[in-house]
Amino acid sequence: MARVVVLGGGVAGHTTATFAAKWLGSQHEVVVVTPNSKWNWIPSNIWVGVGQMTKDEVTFDLAPVYQKAGIEFKQAKAVSINPEGNESSNKPFVTIEYTIAGKAGQTENVEYDYLVNATGPKLNFAATPGLGDANGLGEFTVSVCTADHAVHANDELQKSIEKMKKGQRQKFLIGTGHGMCTCQGAAFEYIFNIEHELRKAGVRDMADMKWISNEAFLGDFGMGGLHMKVGGYVVSSKLFAESLFSERGVDWLIGAHVNKVEAGKAHYELLDGSMGEEDFDFSMLIPPFAGVGLKAYNKTGEDITATVFAPNGFMKVDADYTPKPYAEWKASDWPRTYQNPSYKNMFAAGIAFAPPHIISKPMSSVNGTPINPTPPRTGMPSGIIGKAVAHSVCDLIKNGDKAHLHEASMAEMGAACVASAGKGVFSGTAAAMTVYPVVPDFEKYPGTGRDTDYTFGEIGLAGHWIKHILHYLFIYKAKLNPGWTLIPE
Amino acid sequence: MEKKVVHEELNFQRDDKMNLTMIPGKFARSMRTCLIWQFIRFVIINIKMIIVVGKSH
Ligand SMILES: Cc1cc2nc3c(=O)[nH]c(=O)nc-3n(C[C@H](O)[C@H](O)[C@H](O)COP(=O)(O)OP(=O)(O)OC[C@H]3O[C@@H](n4cnc5c(N)ncnc54)[C@H](O)[C@@H]3O)c2cc1C
Repeated sequence: MARVVVLGGGVAGHTTATFAAKWLGSQHEVVVVTPNSKWNWIPSNIWVGVGQMTKDEVTFDLAPVYQKAGIEFKQAKAVSINPEGNESSNKPFVTIEYTIAGKAGQTENVEYDYLVNATGPKLNFAATPGLGDANGLGEFTVSVCTADHAVHANDELQKSIEKMKKGQRQKFLIGTGHGMCTCQGAAFEYIFNIEHELRKAGVRDMADMKWISNEAFLGDFGMGGLHMKVGGYVVSSKLFAESLFSERGVDWLIGAHVNKVEAGKAHYELLDGSMGEEDFDFSMLIPPFAGVGLKAYNKTGEDITATVFAPNGFMKVDADYTPKPYAEWKASDWPRTYQNPSYKNMFAAGIAFAPPHIISKPMSSVNGTPINPTPPRTGMPSGIIGKAVAHSVCDLIKNGDKAHLHEASMAEMGAACVASAGKGVFSGTAAAMTVYPVVPDFEKYPGTGRDTDYTFGEIGLAGHWIKHILHYLFIYKAKLNPGWTLIPE
Repeated sequence: MEKKVVHEELNFQRDDKMNLTMIPGKFARSMRTCLIWQFIRFVIINIKMIIVVGKSH
């Protein structure tokens, strides 16, 4: 009997664990270690953050789902990995610390045959002074990265709406809280959902709205932007993003590294080296992401964290990490199997793997401060990678070390993404987009880096309907309801 | 002099950045929430997305 331990029960980890349990059956063991008792459909946190959904609508209890699937669930966080075992045993293990009430703080060594690290991001609020406290809820700004954060964000938003109703103008500042942030898409959704809600509440004319982001141009989204065919032209996402911001009266500041936040004020540095500050009454700034800080030790207890993890804390996989200039970046730099190069029974899936480099063109201010988005790994790639890793692990268990590893390169896969711009069955809109491939391949597609037959985007009510249907579809799938395997990642 | 105010065009004057973009007019905006048109787009977008999802697995 082999034991597969999956760290993290988010999009990637949940996909890996549930498929591995299905394919392996009861002859082998699948264990999930994740600190929260609930699964969260993170994309819908945006709607929690504007009071259009409740926390209960975007989360569900994991325990009954794992029980149904025959998966052992340990509500705990992984702390360290011993991929060679320790002095008394050759069996690799992961040290976990329980978070479940009654056992909180207790540690345990969980042995594994295969380990999948799908721990997602650490929300690194501490990178920008004032951006958040230890609980991440934010001292001066709010966040929508977790369901609890989004509930808090909505509480603050409703206070602002009340003030506007009483005749007090409010300034909204939404975007990224550091020069090295990713997830611009979430901030984009949030600013337009707020704008939509303010119109519904009849107070839009009392609000000044501003976008602040580390993108070098509006519509970069950490993917270097995208080009789409529209009306016989091939057009950059910059044009469409600027159009939407102008249409909805939202001002923008780009190429900005927010370096300090105080009560009602964000300080920033721009690409041209100038420093500035922006006042606000309500602000949601996405924190930068880092790895969750797992440590690794060899058999003798020596710290090998730097061998297993990249400096940003994400796990090294089969990517080409050789530092090279932008002009030499290739699609083939991106990982295909997500296997750790040092320990072949270890994989990383979703946000937890270390990308070889960013996707957008690297930029830094004249003072040398890097100001560029880090690569997004959205839901669809995270799920596809999680499934490919589950496939590989199952084949390794069933067919031995020579088994073929399944591949899912972000330079060969597309992503469908629907960015909400306001919720409402008849009044809602969303930008429905696909990119193919996620990571541009300028060797294969020398013009735009992508296949413009499969890269498109449009805004409208249809996009909103899709976003809303996806909410129910993915929660249905994650609960392993009948036919769940038929719903694609 | 009688003014000709086109509501959709007012944001061009908010600042220089906005002045240099394209802003959808009344027709383009109304099509975004026109039920019949959006139902057609819903079908088309779904087909396009299914193709991309199929190519990615
Ligand atoms: C507000 C918001 C909106 C978004 N909207 C979209 C969208 O519309 N479309 C889209 O495609 N993507 C969207 N994304 C991105 C999407 O949520 C991520 O791509 C996806 O969640 C990544 O999956 P993951 O499994 O790598 O990480 P996560 O889903 O974050 O899962 C990581 C898991 O690991 C757990 N964990 C953390 N530390 C440890 C530890 N030490 N040990 C064990 N477990 C640990 C966490 O609790 C979590 O359960 C959005 C993200 C945000 C923040």
